[in-house]
Order: sequence, then C-alpha cells, then structure tokens
Amino acid sequence: MNTDASVTSQASVAALNGPRWSAVGNVITIAKRELTGYFTSPVAYVFIVIFLLLLGFFTFMVGRFFQRNEASLFAFFMWHPWLYLFLVPAAGMRLWSEERRLHTIELLLTMPVTAWQAILGKFLASWAFLAIGLFLTFPMVITVAYLGDPDMGAIFCGYLGSLLTAGAYLSISSMTSALTRNQVVSFIISVVICLFLILAGWPPVTDLLVQWAPTWLVDLIASFSVWPHFETFQRGLIDSRDLIYFILVMVFSLFTTGVIIRSHRAG
Amino acid sequence: MIKVENLVKAFGPKLAVNGVSFTVERGEVLGFLGPNGAGKSTTMRMITGFIPPTSGRITIGGFDVVENPIAAKRLIGYLPENAPAYTDMTVMGFLRFAAELRGLRGAARDKAVERAIELCFLESVRHQSIDTLSKGFRHRTCFAQSIIHDPDVLILDEPTDGLDPNQKHEVRTLIRRMGEKKAIVFSTHILEEVDAACTRAIIIDRGRIVANGTPQELRQRSEMAGAVTMRVKGPTAAELRDRLQQLSTVRKTLFVKEDGPGLCARVVPSPTALDGQLEESLFDLVMREKWRLLELKTEEGRLDEVFRSITLPDTAPSKKE
Repeated sequence: MNTDASVTSQASVAALNGPRWSAVGNVITIAKRELTGYFTSPVAYVFIVIFLLLLGFFTFMVGRFFQRNEASLFAFFMWHPWLYLFLVPAAGMRLWSEERRLHTIELLLTMPVTAWQAILGKFLASWAFLAIGLFLTFPMVITVAYLGDPDMGAIFCGYLGSLLTAGAYLSISSMTSALTRNQVVSFIISVVICLFLILAGWPPVTDLLVQWAPTWLVDLIASFSVWPHFETFQRGLIDSRDLIYFILVMVFSLFTTGVIIRSHRAG
Repeated sequence: MIKVENLVKAFGPKLAVNGVSFTVERGEVLGFLGPNGAGKSTTMRMITGFIPPTSGRITIGGFDVVENPIAAKRLIGYLPENAPAYTDMTVMGFLRFAAELRGLRGAARDKAVERAIELCFLESVRHQSIDTLSKGFRHRTCFAQSIIHDPDVLILDEPTDGLDPNQKHEVRTLIRRMGEKKAIVFSTHILEEVDAACTRAIIIDRGRIVANGTPQELRQRSEMAGAVTMRVKGPTAAELRDRLQQLSTVRKTLFVKEDGPGLCARVVPSPTALDGQLEESLFDLVMREKWRLLELKTEEGRLDEVFRSITLPDTAPSKKE
C-alpha cells in the first residue's frame, strides 16, 4: 500500500493544533453533518411547512391578530410554546435514537471525539434547524412594521425567548432520544416532559396542587415552568434569572444525555 | 502497538470476556476466531474505546484507552460489526465527515478521501446515497472510513461479512497488504480467512482465549496433522491393512477403502516417528511388495477441525462460570 506521507503529517499537524481547536472543529463537523442530514430528507421541509402553517393559523384565526389592532407580535408569540410542544420533540427524536438504531453511534464514539462534543454538535445542529424555521416567520415582523410602529426591541426579545424555549425543549428531546432506539417512544416521553414544563406553572394545575401539597412544593413545581420565563421575554425584558433558567434546563438535559449514553456503553 | 492485559467485561452476572490478554505488533495481522457470542465483538468494542472494560488494561501505541481515549482513538481505524453508516449521506459525504473527525482538513481531507475510494473500489458509487447501496458497497464504504487516516492500528469486526467471493478475496488481499505496516486485528468465523490473511490467530470461546498461534501451529493441534493418505494398486484391502499395522511408524490406520482407482488408506504416524519417516516407510513398503503407488499425500491438519475440537457448540449446556 502507498503510505501517503502528506496525509499522515497533516493529521499530526491537526493534532498538534491543540485540543481546544480540535474540540471546536469536531463540534462543527458533527453539527454540519447533522444539519445536512435534516435537509437531505424531506423531514426538514415538511417540518418547516407545518410549523409555518400552524403558526399562521393560530396567529390569525385563533389569536385574531388583525382584530387586536396592536402593533405587537403578542398574538404570534403566545402560541410558540404550544407548537413547540409537538414540533420540537418531532425534530429532536431522531438525534440519538437514530444513531442507536443504525449503530452509527459505535462509529461516532470510536472517533477521536468526546461524547460531549458529539452531544453538543448534534444539539446545536437541531437548534440551528429550529432557528431557521423561526427565521422564516420574518414576514410577520414585516407585516407589523408595515401596519404600525412596533417596538422592535420587544420583538427581538420575543424571538430570543422563543428560541430559548425551543432550545430547552430540544435538550429534553435529546435526553429522551438517548433513552431509546425507538423514535416514537422518544417523542412521547419528550412531549410529556415538555407538557409538564408548560403546565407546572399554569393556574388550573397549581390550584389542584394547592389543595393538598405544602406551599414550598407548589412553588418548587411552579418554578419548573417555562411560562413565566417565556412571558418576561414577551414583555420585552431580558432578565438574567430567565436566561439562567433556560441555560440550566439545557445544561441539565444535555448532561443527562451524556450520562444515559455512558450508561448504555457501560452495558 | 496493541496490548491487552487481563481484559474482563461483565454484563450483569454474565462474563462476556473473561481474562483475555494478547499483544499485536506492527506488521502483524491477528485473526480473531470464535463461535458467535464468544466475546469477539465485545473485546473489539473495548479495544476501540466504545465500551469500558470491567477490569483489565488496554494500551494502543502506549496510550491507555480508558485514561487517554482521544490519543488512543486517533491511532485506531475501526470497522464495527455490520458496517454501520449514515444512510442519508452520500459515499463522498460520509468519507469526508470521517476524514474531518480524524482532523484532516482541506486538501489533505480530499486526498485521503480519494485514496480510500480508490483502495476500496468505490469509484462507481461515490455520489450515491448510502441507503441505495448494495450490502457489499455499504460494507466497503464503512471499511474505507476505517482506513481514511491511514491508521497504525486497524480493528475490523467481520470485514468480509456479506461480501461475494471476489470481494472477500479483495478485502483479504487488502488486509494482508496493509498488515505489513500496521497492527491489524480482525474477527471472522470463516476459517479460510485465517490462512489467507493472518500471521497469527487467536481462538476465543466463552470469553476466554483457548488457542493462540500461527495458522500452522494451530493446524498442528489437529488430529489429522501429519496423517498420510496413500493410494495403491495391487493389494486387497485386508492385506493392506495388515501390512500397515506392522509398520512401527504407524500409530493407527484410520480407513482403507475402495474408491476410485486402487485402494485408498489413511494412517496416523506414531508419536515417535520423525518428520518424513512415515512417508519413507510407506514408500519402502510399496516397493517391497511390488505394489504400484498412485498417490502419497501428507495432511496438514485442518483448522476447522481444531476449531471444532476446542470450542464448544452453542447447543452444549453452558458451564457455570
């Protein structure tokens, strides 16, 4: 066999560039593959079309966007957590279960990458995909800007809150998809957990709890809820507590993803 | 390059791998043999760092796989069992992805991809999506991925599984050729592959190494090793059997039968007979009796026989560990 000297030397050069750079490189490579994966299958297009159609339906028909006569996107953003409840688990369910079903996880994790790089790369790719879907709602912004004089800062905050909510749900989907090689099971568990995050702070649910649970427990459960944090962003505020909430959910879920993957490998 | 010491892997109470030790140096091709479920794949998964060992130590080129996994993995190319691949990618896309994860960028990456495509005969399918490939092509695509960075260590789990005879031959040739400069471990349950590609073979059964040696050494363990088959014209069957029994170099006569021209007999040498003595005495016997010798052949011993005699069949009641 012709040993290709330049190939080997290039590999060692990359290795010498330091662990930090190669870590970033690995995350980017994995993310790139994952994101391309979305767009080479019809899943991405179906997903985006459904997302936009449903969002349009809820905003205009149910949210009565025009009748509100407001130059704000409140009627638009209020539906996001509910839509994400189903759409984000659908986008995230394949993240790890597909790797396990195809056994490509064995290929991926025997490459010189750490499990964290793989988890992060895949997560960021899915998140970027959701961000693309969200970006395609820009005609809404143009519409309110044309019809009135909206607070662009508030709209930006709304998008940021929406994106963070999507990220939190997605990290949970990543966790549940590591649990099983069955995408449907992954999807259902993920929806249930996300539903809990929505309902935990919802009055009908907290009222139910108040009757028998101590106050601290009700508060604790309510503090898991995504709603109050999402709403702060909708009011045009960026509060560090809300940012921390979303970041904690993501870090915790991705960390748990790593623990689950590790325990599978340990057999 | 590869050093495995006292490797143990327990799945619950079951010991899948139980105290396996071996080393593979550069220039060696180690055949990893054993019945299904013997622990071959589990051992390979531990060597490549996919699953952690319960106890024991593995070093690749001096790097401990558990303590320094990234450095160890850089040196390894791995073809997992059943050749998994991302089915939504094209062959080129997949190989580029593998090359990038191996730290190859830009022109170096493209060069590595071209080389792997050439070595694995993937030219005709390079732009094809992997899920449309036949099993043979898919297998070779995954194989190409394992050699993309020209690794020092190659771990191949059943590299010829699902290939047609021509492709099997190509892959074996490739393994043997690459084995001159690398340390290669490959598992198989096809015994002829051991002869075709290995410099050394290990037979593993129920998590333990039951034999370790060159293919020749393993064959020597066969009952048949050194036996001689002769075909003569002249005597009757009873006469031939009688004369053979009288020879001091013969331990026993396995059979004397009439098939084809003359009589065919197979004898096993006595333990005291030196190399060639049995053949010589048989030739003398034929000359003395004025028979006509049609064939005289020394058996080399057969690997499958060795394999069967030292590994237990699946159906045997399992021993308590």
